[in-house]
Amino acid sequence: MPHTTNTQGPLWEVFTQKKSGQPFTHAGSVHAFDKEMAIENARDLYTRRGEATGLWVVPAEAIVAVQPDEAAPFFDPSDDKIYRYPTFYEVPEGAKNI
Amino acid sequence: MNSDNRFEAFQQYIDSEEKIEPKDWMPDEYRLHNIRQISQHAHSEVIGMQPEGNWITRAPSLRAKKILLAKIQDEGGHGLYLYSAAETLGITRDELIEQLHSGKAKYSSVFNYPTLNWADIGAIGWLVDGAAVTNQLSLRRTSYGPYSRAMMRICNEESFHQRQGYEIMAKMATGTPEQHAMAQSAIDRWWWPALMMFGPHDNDSPRTSNGLRWKIKRAGNDELRQRFIDKTVPQAEVIGLKIPDPRLRWNEETQHYEIGPINWDEFHRVVRGEGPCNSQRMAHHKHWHAEGAWVREAAAAYAARHNTNPVRV
Ligand SMILES: [Fe+2]
Ligand SMILES: [Fe+2]
Repeated sequence: MPHTTNTQGPLWEVFTQKKSGQPFTHAGSVHAFDKEMAIENARDLYTRRGEATGLWVVPAEAIVAVQPDEAAPFFDPSDDKIYRYPTFYEVPEGAKNI
Repeated sequence: MNSDNRFEAFQQYIDSEEKIEPKDWMPDEYRLHNIRQISQHAHSEVIGMQPEGNWITRAPSLRAKKILLAKIQDEGGHGLYLYSAAETLGITRDELIEQLHSGKAKYSSVFNYPTLNWADIGAIGWLVDGAAVTNQLSLRRTSYGPYSRAMMRICNEESFHQRQGYEIMAKMATGTPEQHAMAQSAIDRWWWPALMMFGPHDNDSPRTSNGLRWKIKRAGNDELRQRFIDKTVPQAEVIGLKIPDPRLRWNEETQHYEIGPINWDEFHRVVRGEGPCNSQRMAHHKHWHAEGAWVREAAAAYAARHNTNPVRV
């Protein structure tokens, strides 16, 4: 196997929060050698136009993901439970706010 | 910044409807207030699985059983969302459970009542989840970000809980005379405990003011209770059930229902641990928590042996 050196440091996934209180959503990733460098690089790259009120960086290595070809059987158990939705139920005529 | 300025700036930040995130600076009292409220909320979701769990094996149909299982599974999930939110404030899951077991942390006293007949499952979904969701809809705007986001998820999921309960009540109330009597008995027993879920009157509630100032709570206990009463009384009328309150009346002037006095002695008795099922609920939780110890130990031992440290940078 050809040996390549990594001169960039580890990869960090970047999450931005668009409005105070909202969930943090994935924006992209950056390279950095430590937490401080990671958050500064993420700021410079992903929030140049005031896109964020909050910013998280997470080591990419720490992220666990479902593979696309596994997704269907993986999520399958929740597919047939229509009674988890409110529209499944009969509401008597005249009943409000329920 | 000196410390006075820091508190002032924090209050201004809250006043401008900004949300606080886990890594933000916050006063210790704000942190503790949130830990207390969120963990009490989490414990309530989890302990609340017990009265409903009582009927899983006796649900009257496969349809009813599947719905009840799905509902209780959601409540377990709600507990986990909330424990996770509390843990972002720097307390561990083990400490949270320990506080529940020692009695330092409370859970909603409504879950210390027994479920005596199938209509009680209807009454819980309709009245207890109905009261809970009234509070939770308001808490979507709480000032602590992770708590607010947990509330959004929970409110979405709750939409079927109240309906399945109301559907059970409607079916029984319009069924045979015996079924109607069971439904009426259930509302007779659950109406007042559901009203008590909102907590003491605001004048008698020591923590309400701090909670409101920091926008951890967004509405007072009495206001939320009134909202619940106003939407629930007409729902009872539609299915032909009587609210067990001879003093209940509609006030044309205020456009609100007025109720008779709440039995606060009973409330405090149940909070103190003297309700019909307090010791049973706690013993059950302790027992099954201890029964699960080997699973946690095995997982930790496996991780130590295989060095599966999930995060290393
Ligand atoms: Fe819940
Ligand atoms: Fe619920």
